[in-house]
Amino acid sequence: MAARSELPVWVDMALIPLLNLFVALVIAGLVVLIIGENPLEAMWIMLKGAVGSLKGWGYLLYYATNFVFTGLAVAVAFHAGLFNIGGEGQAYMAGAGAAAVGLGLEFLPWPIVIPLSILASMAVGAFWAWVPGVLQVKRGSHIVITTIMFNYIALSLMGYLINYGFRPVGKMAVESREITSAYIMSFREVAREFFDLRLPSTPLNFSVFLAIAAAFAVWYLLWRTKLGYEIRAVGASPEAAVYAGIRPDRIIVITMAISGALAGLMAVNEILGAQHRLVLGFVQGAGFVGIAVALMGRSHPLGIVLSAMLFGLLYQGGTELSFARPEINRDMIVVIQGLAILFMGALEYAFRPWLTALFFRPED
Amino acid sequence: MTPAIELIGIDKRFGAVHANKDITLEIAQGSIHGIIGENGAGKSTLMSILFGFYAADKGEIKIKGEPIRIKSSSDAIAHGIGMVHQHFMLVDTFTVLENVVLGAEGGRLIGPALARAREELTRLARDYELDVDPDAIVGELPVGLQQRVEILKALFKGAETLILDEPTGVLTPDEADHLFRILGQLRDQGKTVILITHKLREIMAITDHVSVMRRGEMVATKETRKTSVEELAELMVGRRVLLRVKKGKATPGQVVLDVKNLTWKDRKGTPRVENVSFTVRSGEIVGIAGVSGNGQSELLELISGISKPSSGQIIFEGKDIGILGDPRHVREEGLAHVPEDRQHRGLIASFDASESGILGWQYDESLGHGFRLDRQAVIARSKKDMLEFDVRPADPLLKSGKFSGGNQQKIILAREIGRDPDLLIVGQPTRGVDIGAIEFIHKRLIALRDEGKAILLVSVELDEIRSLSDRILVMFAGRIMGEHGPEANERELGLLMAGVSKDAA
Amino acid sequence: MDLYVEILASTIRYSVPLILACIAGLWSERSGIVDIGLEGKMLIAAFVAASGSAVYGSAWIGLGLAILTSVGFALVHGYAAINQRGNQVVSGVAINMLAAGLAVVLGNEWFREGGRTPALPPEGRFMPLEIPGISALADVPGVSIIIKIFFSHSILTYVAFLLVPVTAWALSRTRFGLRLRAVGENPHAVDTAGISVAKLRYMAVIITGVLCGIAGTFISISLSSSFVRDITAGMGFMALAALIFANWRAWPALGACLLFGFLQASGTFLQGKQVFGVAIPVQFINMLPYLMTVILLAGFIGKSIPPRASGLPYIKDR
Repeated sequence: MAARSELPVWVDMALIPLLNLFVALVIAGLVVLIIGENPLEAMWIMLKGAVGSLKGWGYLLYYATNFVFTGLAVAVAFHAGLFNIGGEGQAYMAGAGAAAVGLGLEFLPWPIVIPLSILASMAVGAFWAWVPGVLQVKRGSHIVITTIMFNYIALSLMGYLINYGFRPVGKMAVESREITSAYIMSFREVAREFFDLRLPSTPLNFSVFLAIAAAFAVWYLLWRTKLGYEIRAVGASPEAAVYAGIRPDRIIVITMAISGALAGLMAVNEILGAQHRLVLGFVQGAGFVGIAVALMGRSHPLGIVLSAMLFGLLYQGGTELSFARPEINRDMIVVIQGLAILFMGALEYAFRPWLTALFFRPED
Repeated sequence: MTPAIELIGIDKRFGAVHANKDITLEIAQGSIHGIIGENGAGKSTLMSILFGFYAADKGEIKIKGEPIRIKSSSDAIAHGIGMVHQHFMLVDTFTVLENVVLGAEGGRLIGPALARAREELTRLARDYELDVDPDAIVGELPVGLQQRVEILKALFKGAETLILDEPTGVLTPDEADHLFRILGQLRDQGKTVILITHKLREIMAITDHVSVMRRGEMVATKETRKTSVEELAELMVGRRVLLRVKKGKATPGQVVLDVKNLTWKDRKGTPRVENVSFTVRSGEIVGIAGVSGNGQSELLELISGISKPSSGQIIFEGKDIGILGDPRHVREEGLAHVPEDRQHRGLIASFDASESGILGWQYDESLGHGFRLDRQAVIARSKKDMLEFDVRPADPLLKSGKFSGGNQQKIILAREIGRDPDLLIVGQPTRGVDIGAIEFIHKRLIALRDEGKAILLVSVELDEIRSLSDRILVMFAGRIMGEHGPEANERELGLLMAGVSKDAA
Repeated sequence: MDLYVEILASTIRYSVPLILACIAGLWSERSGIVDIGLEGKMLIAAFVAASGSAVYGSAWIGLGLAILTSVGFALVHGYAAINQRGNQVVSGVAINMLAAGLAVVLGNEWFREGGRTPALPPEGRFMPLEIPGISALADVPGVSIIIKIFFSHSILTYVAFLLVPVTAWALSRTRFGLRLRAVGENPHAVDTAGISVAKLRYMAVIITGVLCGIAGTFISISLSSSFVRDITAGMGFMALAALIFANWRAWPALGACLLFGFLQASGTFLQGKQVFGVAIPVQFINMLPYLMTVILLAGFIGKSIPPRASGLPYIKDR
């Protein structure tokens, strides 16, 4: 505690994350070397693939949208001292909410269906996180374990729902039919339909604005509302919170619901925005990427937006890299992600002692 | 006869705190040696050094005349020293036997050790009245028996010298008496016992010698039968120059706080606050003195609504606030609370000063309508408070943890006084606070009194209690031992703090 | 009749990796180190075992390499948890990702089959043991069923089942077991008894690594004949659920793993079939272990209490 406060703020907020990222990238580079490829060249291909074209940017932002949502979900929980590793399951379940409303209210025009469908995603995601929150508060079961279990319950439950509930009779692929209003979310479709413009084929859609709005909303919630104050108080010092008349139990349950709702928004980007239908396993690890994004973004919405874009770059660049250099599999991104979480989260104090030594000025 | 243990010139600093100053002490073989002193006198540090928990900066330790080096607890154990810590070092899920053999298994399999321990326990039970069911699960035993397991652990490991740190703090009087019989028998069988305590009754009852520590120094070592409770109390508390605070006579008005038969039991059912009754009037400062851990913290938590009484009433301006058990409601009734634990309760170190400055009032409409928290209003309020209370630096955006202790306390005081409360309860207002800020805080409290507010002050600093209070209550073992005026002398208060009531002494 | 024999035989097969991983987790968690990285260690071990066996043509070399790798990953977790006092859950998540990524990236480079390893011939795998003389009994009615259920397994299966009594015995009867249990409950008690907390915890973490190594090996080169992406399919987490279900004890862990193994086996066999005229969706059987664990943890049936010091870094000064 004492040693931590020695460091200037910018070291804590920027230098340490960048240093950790650098170490993660160096180790990932070593793996590339082992494979027998040039890490610098690989990095160049990734960069070019992600930011060298409009299409690359489109994909980068589309991935980043997912990660902003899941990263915010993890971060909000972090602020209350909670670790929600259930973003994966919450987002997956939320897909059912989005699709159920999107398909069920098909007869209504999109200005009604789309907002309702978004709300449904949030509600279902919130519910899937609220239950573990309640179980911790009322029954003492730990949120970490319950949310892990809920990820797997969601996996099976969604498998059933998509197979037996959403899949039209006779359709081979395990997915729902198309949500008709969802086209309005896609930049490409809207540009073609209303402006007669041809955009490169990317899944980028209006959810990207929703992500920015969500980041702003989370910032506003945490630092400009009374509830946010209470959330942060519970996370920083439960004892002080009790002294202040805050009921930590109530805050835990509310925070989990908010966290789940944010994770649920990820389904909006995928189901409404990109796929226009409910497909099996659409989350694809984005819930876990959220942990890396939140850690690297220092749980601040601005940091999360930036680190989500960084991971978006890695994802899009990684895909391009695996086309250009088939020797380097796209899962290289997962390695980098793992390393980033390891250094940002579990070994975050590793560099602190010598940074402190570097910055320490004796004073009286 | 060579002493069992000699400590020569032991010196230890923790940063700026000089915990042990050049301490020399001899403990005779086969005796019970008491070490007495107030909180922070350095007793526990000294014994932790002997048991290898800390390393001394300077000094020498001899056992039976042999100079030895103790670098870790295992060295101490190997030299026949055993320690019963204030917080037991037991594995709750283990049986008594398993706890006893832990660290002294004597081989790769524990079967033989368990058998040996079972035999040994039977013998020890016979010799010293140390009966415990060897197969009982430790966590299910009452505290007194758990303590016996700690003693058995030490004896099983071959302890010749046994250190007990405040052993009776958790015991009922009956259990304490039993413990003393055990200690007496240990001495009679040739063991050496070192007893750390702040209770004079215990010292007089069972020790052969007693050493008094005060502010890191060894003040005196006496033969117990040649000293008296009065002498020890005086040595312990010392003759101190009173911190002079200019104050006029109090003009107490009507009763603001009326605590009636207040009792609070912890989770194990042990009463921590027992049948406490007192009143606080407007325009007076009532001080509660006592060695820490005698129920003062619990009392503050009860009055401020953080915990709910087991029985009894807390009448504040005619209303029982005890049944509310809710700090927010209590605060709204007009009761302000400066908590004892500034760092963990009074403010939030990672919040900036302006945010810590509204802790407890975060929902207030003046800080933003509805769900909004108006940052400008929060900062403006903080700026105003900082100027009024001379907080330095007067920067509302600086993290609370970066302020000095005195300035942190001023931030809290400003927040609590700022809402014009009728009653202020204050815990350890100047703990870890520099001299200048102490003066400021004391003046502020007197001024508040003179405005006609009621103040309840809890402090382990006797000087502070004496210089500020209009009436002094002394708490010991959860009870109010007695009441004195501000003119009471050290000895009278010292006796009460050490659990010796007027009629007994 | 045959269906039931099949289900029971495959219950045992499905249980083996669960038992190994569950006991692995038990050693770590009883010492106070939470390990949600069982999945990752199993996965990387499965990959290394299959690769090692493919390259060197020996299942045993595959096993040895798998154990070494898994222990390496376990030590990273140990370093983060013990020396760095890092968040153990975060570290576990990182280990899982690192393993998942590395296995596919390296596999893709070494074998060029998109992360899959080459199919192994029987001599590169751990095949069912031929127990001498047992084939003579195969024709005896009744006995053949028993043979099919209990004696048609590879050596790793027997190792797994043997591990349960060995663990139970070691924990309750040996000095190491006593100290390990103590350090998971109250490290201060261990420290004041003059025993090194860090050393004990490192030992526990290494045992976890070894057992996850065996578990992964079993999955890739005994249960199947090659490594494919995500071959562990959440078994590490199911083992974690079993561990909680068993209240962190060895014999109940065996029971929980057999139960969960049975659910998996019946899920596979009941797919598309009807029981008492009702089609039971396999997804519901699959989710049962997790659902049961949630319900148990919430204290609705029985109670599950983790070691008291689990997940907390040890800090000497109070």
